[in-house]
Amino acid sequence: MNNPQLDADGRLRHLLSIEGLPKKILNQILDTAESFVGVAEREVKKVPLLRGKTVCNLFFENSTRTRTTFEIAAKRLSADVISLNVNTSSQSKGETILDTVDNLIAMHADMFVVRHSQSGAAHFIAKHVPDHIHVINAGDGRHSHPTQGLLDIFTIRKYKPDLHNLRVAIVGDVLHSRVARSEIHALTTLGVPEIRVIAPKTLLPAQVDKLGVHIFHDMQAGLKDADVVMMLRLQNERMNGAMLPSAQEYYKTYGLTQDKLSLAKPDAIVLHPGPMNRGVEIDSGVADGAQSVILPQVTYGIAIRMAVMAMLAGGQATTSQTSGTQS
Amino acid sequence: MKIHIKNGRVLDPKNNIDSKLDVFIAAGKIVALGEMPAGFVANQTIDASNLIVCPGLVDLSARLREPGDEYKATLVSELQAAVTGGVTSLACPPDTDPVLDEPGLVEMLKHRAKQLNLAHVYPLGALTRQLQGNALSEMGALREAGCVGFSQANIAITDTQVLWRTMEYAATFGFTLFLHAEEPFLAKDGVAHDGEVASRLGLKGIPSAAETLALASILRIAKETGARVHINRLSTAEGVDMIREAKKQNPNISCDVSANQLHLTEHDIGYFNSNCHLKPPLRTQRDKEALSAGLKDGTIDAICSDHTPVDDDAKLAPFAEAEIGATGLELLLALTLKWAQQENVSLLRAIKLVSQTSAQILGIPAGDLSINSDADICIFNAAEYWKVSPGALKSQGKNTPFNGLEMAGKVKTTLIHGQVVYQS
Repeated sequence: MNNPQLDADGRLRHLLSIEGLPKKILNQILDTAESFVGVAEREVKKVPLLRGKTVCNLFFENSTRTRTTFEIAAKRLSADVISLNVNTSSQSKGETILDTVDNLIAMHADMFVVRHSQSGAAHFIAKHVPDHIHVINAGDGRHSHPTQGLLDIFTIRKYKPDLHNLRVAIVGDVLHSRVARSEIHALTTLGVPEIRVIAPKTLLPAQVDKLGVHIFHDMQAGLKDADVVMMLRLQNERMNGAMLPSAQEYYKTYGLTQDKLSLAKPDAIVLHPGPMNRGVEIDSGVADGAQSVILPQVTYGIAIRMAVMAMLAGGQATTSQTSGTQS
Repeated sequence: MKIHIKNGRVLDPKNNIDSKLDVFIAAGKIVALGEMPAGFVANQTIDASNLIVCPGLVDLSARLREPGDEYKATLVSELQAAVTGGVTSLACPPDTDPVLDEPGLVEMLKHRAKQLNLAHVYPLGALTRQLQGNALSEMGALREAGCVGFSQANIAITDTQVLWRTMEYAATFGFTLFLHAEEPFLAKDGVAHDGEVASRLGLKGIPSAAETLALASILRIAKETGARVHINRLSTAEGVDMIREAKKQNPNISCDVSANQLHLTEHDIGYFNSNCHLKPPLRTQRDKEALSAGLKDGTIDAICSDHTPVDDDAKLAPFAEAEIGATGLELLLALTLKWAQQENVSLLRAIKLVSQTSAQILGIPAGDLSINSDADICIFNAAEYWKVSPGALKSQGKNTPFNGLEMAGKVKTTLIHGQVVYQS
């Protein structure tokens, strides 16, 4: 079975999931992103790496935040960007995914940023596009959201550079979370020694321990001495039903409060992929508190997405190329 | 028409024959094995040197897609696929469009199949009207029209009282029920085994308990009502154990496994290979081994192809949205031989699992080479390899997880009623 993300020379061709990417490539993305962090602080927030390229945001599932960050990232690389909410146009007229993609290829799109509610949708599209076209997965069902996983690990690395000595706790709805899966793969690949998942059994996938994590149902025990606490978003539709009795009960047992956070290491950092449900999975005091790195996550997200796009379509984007160029 | 099949190795599980014998056919029947009958003058001689001569295969589950889904497959294409695979009789489930719950539809299907003069088609009638699980179908009339048993295809009866009544009614007349054990609420929206792979890929899982829970109800009600029940396509290790126990107390239970489940596991899904979107889902290595052991010790009676031709467009979608099913008629023999070789099972026993026992379960006159039986025969080369590819398949459904695999076991000649209907 060929790794669909890498070309014959082992270079990144698509970014579909963190799983299957070698450590070297993950580090390359993180290091490239490092060089892009500064771009946003310049007066002219642009580098010409993707000049003349067309990036197509193909969102089969609605999202404002992720789409916006990809748009900004592409524009800072000087690409032309079009964003399509396919949900509301072609698909409702019965057009298949591949028809939509083929049409955009005919208009000479160079890169697709894809979000879809079905796991495997990005792999599916990547399998059918011609060689010169690149696909970035911006979230497929419960499967993967690799740029989120990368920006999370980038943020962690900023605050806790020694990844080999970390205890990370991931809290919440792991079952439905593509973010959690991406985080777990990123953390295990980069050598984080202890990863914990904390959730009730209804929100954990079968045999999740096989991904290389320790399972905790008791939040207090799970947070003990953690260096990093990664919160997951709880979807509204899961709050009242067969998964959970109520948002209130969830908050009581698994909501991150200052009290519970005090069980982690004193310098522990708190992450959340957004958008947050304040008072459900996280207390406002924690979300806005000193240990929160939730807003830096958003900032670094742009740099990560720029790095991925530059590596895919910009040829050999290296640190030296990006640092010197300013248009 | 008299045919002499000479020099072949004859395998006839029912009569426990495995030896080099000549077969003599006259007027569509087998008239002698071994010595040529006095005065026999063959019109046609088939040289079966280095080949195996066995009963035509009997498939317990093959979808033909007619009526209703002719763009996926047609009776002609699929019955040609059948004889290409050495399958001379097959049972087809009732989930066509319209559903096989009307005697007229069954008669039409039987009639059209007969005209084609390819494999024999034995329809399974709908157990409940429209397969909706509410009201009994006209089983008596359907039986008269040619149904050999009754089935719900992949649709479960959720109301246990209805399930109970269907079994009582079927038991009254000695009809066999063909049921797929899957509890629909636990399996809801699921597309893969609820385990390591589904968790990794973010696919909604179908737990093993979906099978065992349904199985528990079916086996219990079968025992209470005395109905004869055949379980289609068992998939879990626990299910095998339950059948093994049930069979000790109830002789009216039988079951099969699909050739897919004997060779594949959840890991074959790889990066969302939609050809592996099957029902039941591919499960774990442990389940696969238990199914294999169950087949060896007789807990599982037969192997079916679970032939479900799907058009290419229907597979061109993300995994969960891709239609369920794989083509199988032309792979049944080779996959059975492959299993037998891996498990050290004799050829005679392997052939039995796809002919004699299946025929017995369906209650049809097929699956053996007894004197005076219909000459439905498969002649194959057990040592000849062929590569599975869309181009190599006659079936209109080209999708199979085994695409690209080279397998031994190539059908050379298929006879039905003493007539050659396929020759490679």
